[in-house]
Amino acid sequence: MTTPTADPSAPAAAAPLTDAPGVTGPVTSSELLSVVASRELASRRTVFAGIGLPTLATELAHLTVAPRIEVVYESGVCGAHPSHLPETIADAVLISGAEAVLSMPALFGCVLQGGHIDVGFLGAAQIDRWGNLNTSVIGEWESPSVRLPGSGGGVEVMANSREVFVVMRRHDPRSFTGTLDFCTTPGPDRALAEGIRPLGIGVTRVITELGILAREGVGEELRLVAVHPGVTVEQVRAATGWDLKVADAVGTVPPPTAAELRLLREDVDPDRVYLR
Amino acid sequence: MERTDTADGAGKVMSMREAVATFVHDGATVSLEGFTHLIPTAAGHEIIRQGRRDLTVVRMTADIVVDQMIAAGCVSRLVSSFVGNSSAGSLGELRRRIERADPVPLAFEEYSHYGMICRYLAGSQRLPFYPLRSYGGSDLPAVNSDLRKVTSPYPGPDGEPEQIYVVPPVNPDVTIIHAQRADRRGNTQIWGLTGIQAEAVYAADKAIVVVEELVGDEVVRSDPNRTLVPAHAVDAVVVCPRGAHPSFAQGYYDRDNAFYRAWSHISKDPERLREWLARWVYGTADHAEYTARLGEEFWAGLAVGEALSEPVNYGRRL
Repeated sequence: MTTPTADPSAPAAAAPLTDAPGVTGPVTSSELLSVVASRELASRRTVFAGIGLPTLATELAHLTVAPRIEVVYESGVCGAHPSHLPETIADAVLISGAEAVLSMPALFGCVLQGGHIDVGFLGAAQIDRWGNLNTSVIGEWESPSVRLPGSGGGVEVMANSREVFVVMRRHDPRSFTGTLDFCTTPGPDRALAEGIRPLGIGVTRVITELGILAREGVGEELRLVAVHPGVTVEQVRAATGWDLKVADAVGTVPPPTAAELRLLREDVDPDRVYLR
Repeated sequence: MERTDTADGAGKVMSMREAVATFVHDGATVSLEGFTHLIPTAAGHEIIRQGRRDLTVVRMTADIVVDQMIAAGCVSRLVSSFVGNSSAGSLGELRRRIERADPVPLAFEEYSHYGMICRYLAGSQRLPFYPLRSYGGSDLPAVNSDLRKVTSPYPGPDGEPEQIYVVPPVNPDVTIIHAQRADRRGNTQIWGLTGIQAEAVYAADKAIVVVEELVGDEVVRSDPNRTLVPAHAVDAVVVCPRGAHPSFAQGYYDRDNAFYRAWSHISKDPERLREWLARWVYGTADHAEYTARLGEEFWAGLAVGEALSEPVNYGRRL
């Protein structure tokens, strides 16, 4: 995985327990985030995704709300039909039997910059109220306290996908920050301020263990639109490092259904490659 | 682009030792490409064995082999768009260098993937720059002065002058790629993920192609569309089976995911990293010894089955 996405190996923090009749075991953090992200993919056609939670979400969406969804991988694979759940964006099982494998100039130049991606999935160490992302450093760029992997294709995914979903493992004021330590991947508001018009509208969904933040387009801040059962609006506001706007009617995210969990656990990731 | 040539091309086939000694010099700019697939690890290890110094390494995804070359003291500058150990964790040496200049600093030029791709495109076509719809509003131009904005000479969609970022060409002294097969003259065939290899070769002054196997001319000519890099762009052909480990070669061997995970732990401890280099790089004469030391049981674990393509009919005039 070279475009940073949520780290599937990160410890699951405070996963809400949901009773799902017919499916044993509590709902893990990975399962919750995957299910919620999959529902948001309804009616979307082309998704640019890394490995991990985005893979689970798109596979589940394919089996539920978006049967015609096509995943484009950052390695250049389109229309993959993997025999096993891929462990990386370049897993050999993605290539064997795929519908197409593109070169990097074709993938980034023609597919992404050419405007063929509906939804891009990104992760980040830090996100701000406009959906700008930091994947480069914690601290100063010149002498960071933590050097992170950097953009990968994140800058291009943000600029050129019609919209971007962000899955964040952590929802705390350090990750949801008023001021990014560094803006690797700018949303359209920052680009427009510099006189550059990107193709897409930037981040439209941020999915976390506390709920869903949404933003409909240029000039809008992220606002809280839904919380998971048992989570309060105040809890989310306290976990967010800026004065988080809240939708007029904050919904409750329906817990993963037995059918969703069964598909996820038995069909999508039976070996629990990402569902650990 | 000056290319080494001999009448029959047979002079291009050489050992890894000879290829690195001939084409990789101290202070050079070296591109190693292969986007998660076909990473030229064995070439990186030979560069370490020969003790090259002060290299500028250009690589989109700076991963394990780059961390090893940095740790061995070969690299003073890195040009990259992703500096992580795939999804398996961190590059310990790279982080120590950048975060604490420990033991010495590493100059780092940060790009995004398409920024790197455009640098290779400009380099391979000898263009002064290449435009891309990235970087508007990013902090990257503030830390990388080579990311510059120009005004398009043509009106934008709204009829107004359009601002766009550009990147400069990259022209490595030498580009090294790994491939499944080539003929003795360097016609190089790659299938599966083809990444940025062709552009990286054409951008460079010299090119080394490392292959899993050398095949007869007739094998290449039976499927010319599969030739990603033609002979005229290649200066050295090195036969080095399993030379992309721990990455993979489609149809030859699988990715060693366990080693990717292990590297995060090995590289975190400088002492352990030095021991690893001593045993697996300095302690092996060449890549054949490295692969032999891993053992056949290990390689059986990375073996892949067959998935043959349907042959195509190129036709012939009757």
